[in-house]
Amino acid sequence: MSLDPGLTVEALPERRGRAALGFAGGVAGFLLTLAITLFGLVVVTFVIGRVVPIDPVLAVVGDRASAATYQRVRAEMGLDLPLIEQFRVYLVKAVTGDFGRSVLTTNPVIEDIRTYFPATIELATLGTLIGTLIGVPLGVFAAVRSGSVLDQIVRIVGLVGYSVPIFWLGLMALLLFYAKLDWVAGPGRLDIAYDYLVTPVTGLLLVDSLMQGQLDVFWNAISHIVLPAALLGYFSLAYISRMTRALLLNELAQEYVVTARIKGLSEARVIWRHALRNAAVPLLTVVVLSYATLLEGSVLTETVFSWPGIGSYITSSLQNADMNAVLGGTLVVGAAFVTLNLVSDLLYRLLDPRTR
Amino acid sequence: MTPLLEVEDLHVRFPLTEGTIEAVRGISFTLGRERLGIVGESGSGKSQTGRAILGLTARPGEVTAKRLAFDGIDLMAAPERLRRSLRGSRMTMVMQDPRYSLNPVMTVGQQIIESYRAHKRVSGRDARRAALAMLDEVRITAPDRVMALYPHELSGGMGQRVMIAMMLITGPELLIADEPTSALDVTVRGEVLRILDQLVAERGMGLILISHDLEMVASFCDRVLVMYAGKIVEELASGALDQARHPYTRGLIGCLPKLAGDSHPLPVLTRDPAWAR
Amino acid sequence: MAAGPSPLTAWLTTAEPQSRTQARVGHAYQSFRRLARNPTAMAGLVIVGLLVFVAAFAPLLATHSPIASGDLRTERLLPPGPVFWLGTDDQARDIYSRLLYGSRLTLAVVILVSIIATPIGLAIGTVSGYFGGWLDRVLMRITDIFLAFPRLVLALAFVAALGPGIENAIIAIAITAWPPYARLARAETLTIRNSDFIHAVRLQGGSSLRILLKHIVPLCLSSVTVRVTLDMAGIILTAAGLGFLGLGAQPPTPEWGTMIAQGRRFLMDQWWVAAVPGIAIFVVSLGFNLLGDGLRDALDPKASR
Repeated sequence: MSLDPGLTVEALPERRGRAALGFAGGVAGFLLTLAITLFGLVVVTFVIGRVVPIDPVLAVVGDRASAATYQRVRAEMGLDLPLIEQFRVYLVKAVTGDFGRSVLTTNPVIEDIRTYFPATIELATLGTLIGTLIGVPLGVFAAVRSGSVLDQIVRIVGLVGYSVPIFWLGLMALLLFYAKLDWVAGPGRLDIAYDYLVTPVTGLLLVDSLMQGQLDVFWNAISHIVLPAALLGYFSLAYISRMTRALLLNELAQEYVVTARIKGLSEARVIWRHALRNAAVPLLTVVVLSYATLLEGSVLTETVFSWPGIGSYITSSLQNADMNAVLGGTLVVGAAFVTLNLVSDLLYRLLDPRTR
Repeated sequence: MTPLLEVEDLHVRFPLTEGTIEAVRGISFTLGRERLGIVGESGSGKSQTGRAILGLTARPGEVTAKRLAFDGIDLMAAPERLRRSLRGSRMTMVMQDPRYSLNPVMTVGQQIIESYRAHKRVSGRDARRAALAMLDEVRITAPDRVMALYPHELSGGMGQRVMIAMMLITGPELLIADEPTSALDVTVRGEVLRILDQLVAERGMGLILISHDLEMVASFCDRVLVMYAGKIVEELASGALDQARHPYTRGLIGCLPKLAGDSHPLPVLTRDPAWAR
Repeated sequence: MAAGPSPLTAWLTTAEPQSRTQARVGHAYQSFRRLARNPTAMAGLVIVGLLVFVAAFAPLLATHSPIASGDLRTERLLPPGPVFWLGTDDQARDIYSRLLYGSRLTLAVVILVSIIATPIGLAIGTVSGYFGGWLDRVLMRITDIFLAFPRLVLALAFVAALGPGIENAIIAIAITAWPPYARLARAETLTIRNSDFIHAVRLQGGSSLRILLKHIVPLCLSSVTVRVTLDMAGIILTAAGLGFLGLGAQPPTPEWGTMIAQGRRFLMDQWWVAAVPGIAIFVVSLGFNLLGDGLRDALDPKASR
């Protein structure tokens, strides 16, 4: 998990500066940046794919094939073309979502991703929800009573979140809440008995089971997701509460807060309606960034909880040298991360009246 | 008759780790429905005096006074609830720079209406009508349009008139104006002052005008207090600046630019550490 | 000690240093004094100091070999006790000794990533900020692309390509770690670039390279150092995560993340095998975080709010 502790208030004026470009320029710039960054992502995965010591041809034909078969397959895979031509082919395929077949599952990688990604989204969304609903009020109270015991507690909660290895905390949580206390269900998304009872529509198990009226499946899914979601929620909370505190302290030092007090408004109104409203725009970008980080951080959590998401998919493919699956998964997670990251920039322009 | 404001031996202290800073060191004055100017350089404690009267001294500042009373109400003994209900309804303040003192993410209309409804139980429609009338009073043309604007869309002079409208809409009796024109363009300062002047006169308010500009204060106010290092060093009737005795005040007057005569070398204010004692 | 300031303190705190060295040492001393007033930062410093100490003297402190197995029949998966202070793992190795040797790897990862990533970030950032123009735009665009990348997943893909191992993990982490340093160095350079003393050096005929190396880089160093220190916990956690996934250090290397992965199989009954290395990672990351926070407050009072 690499929640970025450097993204503090100092980093935000720069965003504000960029936001000053105006809204129309903002959308055009956003699309351009998105395109360039995604292109960069394709370049990097292509380079990674080329330096792999595994011979992709051997992986297909096996080491007993004749030289002629080897050459034929090599040509079929386009590996005899010049590098730049190979890249062009790779780029076109990546854009159309063709990442080849997974050696491990024998399915096209894109289909595997369609199966696995919703599980990750479900987990990260719930985690962000927990982190935001608890983290924002905690940060607000810490800022309002800065220096108090509560502030110290919030600081420690945040520091622990930044310092503890997520996979280890996950293991310890499993040990305590599943093995010893038996409060929650164990690894996986569902008990085996409930498998295949729900037809995937959105792929989000909680949504699908509710829509199809399968309440017992829903509750079983809840008992499985609650622990990993709480864990991700804690990491999200550590980051969000810290940023909320810093942003709000920054706002509380502004003159308009004094104005609001001169008007005789209650302290609650001064804080929640005036100061927090001003912090809300950068705060929203913080939440989006945290969501992106949770999507990415799923790699470790999913491994610990045997959660059938994209993170598990990437790591199990990695251990089996299934490069098509690894690169496809990386591209999709990367694209989601990049898009969210840039959307958080765009939100600045959309929501701050100064940039409309 | 009780005076509007009584201040006796007011102190404002900031206990910091490096030692206590005394921003205001025992000042006393009374104010009727008149115009009082407080003049001093930055750091002389004039702004902290204004904030202490309103009860808005920033943490960790402490305020003490033998007496601090508004219309006979003992402010030092008043609970925070009472002080808050006084703030904005009966006593108010206009601050220096509308670019910072207006909330950037709320429209002008929202901010003025909020100010009104914080103290008056009225419908949204009535509040809006009052806000429009108030904007008209500060001579904003097309108040309908201005209500929908965000602060960054206003010019400095317009912003300050909006600020005045927002602070006077509840009909307060005491207005503290802390450098109300020094952040504005020279060309609009006169206009903002005239509007302020007219409103104070029409409504019979008490006004404390805080500024570093001795000449402006003298032309606007009935009396002038000169502050230096947290103390009042001199009190003058505004027509009698030439009778100033304190060397600091005389120095300030000496520094005013004159049209006639050569002022080379430019006079420099010399300070005597004894003044601060 | 005498009551008044000693001559040394006076030399360190003088407002008018006689030499550059004195100014530099004096400045460092003042920063340290500010740091020393912050108890949590001192706690961080103690933890980091302890890590360095343990790494240096691991052979003296260890009670067993970190690699060689003990008696597999009688000494496997023992709970903490008088002989094996923190218990043994499935290969009958002493966890305490493995932990001590593991501190060397942790320290090596942190140091190597820092000395790879910091110069890259500094070079790109200062060049970009100093020369400006199209060079700045191109370099910052590349930096932004890297900044928008998912760091962990990318490190994962890098390691997958280069093959698992601690060296490749270090390279992968370093490749994804430099962009924030470049951004920071660029911002600092922009404020320094137009200052009068840089103009003076230029008028004296100082070359761009000389100005960059002698004047701009040293001034950027302190804020970048703080940033790197703040990142060190993240570096440790990423390295441990790669180890946990089997992509970092390979067994039997006593790397803490790898140790957790091995202990995972015995989690339900011999929980300490996985728990102990995790506590070590947590304490060390916490130490770096506390120290980084304190350094930021001490060196850069503006940003400490």
